[in-house]
Amino acid sequence: MHDRDTQLGGDVLVILRHPPHGSSWLREGLDAALVAAAFGQAVSLLFMGDGVMALAGGQGQGPLGQKGTAPTLDMLAMYDIEALYLESGALSALGLNRDALQLPAQPLEAADIANLIAAHRLVLTF
Amino acid sequence: MRYALLVQGPPYSRQAAHSALRFARALLARGHTLESVFFYHDGVYNAARLAAPPQDEPHLVDAWRALHDEHGTRLQVCIAAALRRGLLDEREASRHGKTGHSVEPPFELTGLGQLIDLGLGCDRLVTFSP
Repeated sequence: MHDRDTQLGGDVLVILRHPPHGSSWLREGLDAALVAAAFGQAVSLLFMGDGVMALAGGQGQGPLGQKGTAPTLDMLAMYDIEALYLESGALSALGLNRDALQLPAQPLEAADIANLIAAHRLVLTF
Repeated sequence: MRYALLVQGPPYSRQAAHSALRFARALLARGHTLESVFFYHDGVYNAARLAAPPQDEPHLVDAWRALHDEHGTRLQVCIAAALRRGLLDEREASRHGKTGHSVEPPFELTGLGQLIDLGLGCDRLVTFSP
């Protein structure tokens, strides 16, 4: 993995703004990221707002019989999706601790998020 | 400029698809090209051929179809999102043993890879979500 601290760029940035339960937004957003990666694009993920909850560890499927997203997050590395970012303000607003996250994601301030978006050819927001 | 739209809102209960249609007409009126409208998430309901809204309300399915007929815009529907929501063309209906189909040309069921291609190939991909 190259130096992500200074190298924010890539082909496709997928922004995930919805929590893992209660709707299919996160799942369908992750599907788009996996397909982009399968097509050979360098994919970055940015977890924003409630989307940061997707990274909270120890999540099950929920009672509704739908597949959870935690196993999909575990598959990201297999698809070479290793550029993971989160909105640092959302992490604190949700009372989450970086150490308790399922995957390591780099916290970004608002100005860095603007740079991240500018450094990708395609941005898909879910 | 070559545009593509990503529509993720359903045709009736949310504004997103209506805004997308107005944006589509506006950019065409300004002389731009609209390559494709890609329907994903609940946006796939825009392809429901059985939609029958009251006559004094907008008929989005027909409006998208008109966009295709008049400007050659492709109407692409994510197949995975569509099948989950009961939107099947004749081929998929027969493959899944269903007695009817709910999607017909010019709407085409296709993969998410097409969305990535559009996003990277067009000058602008504009997303409309609820």
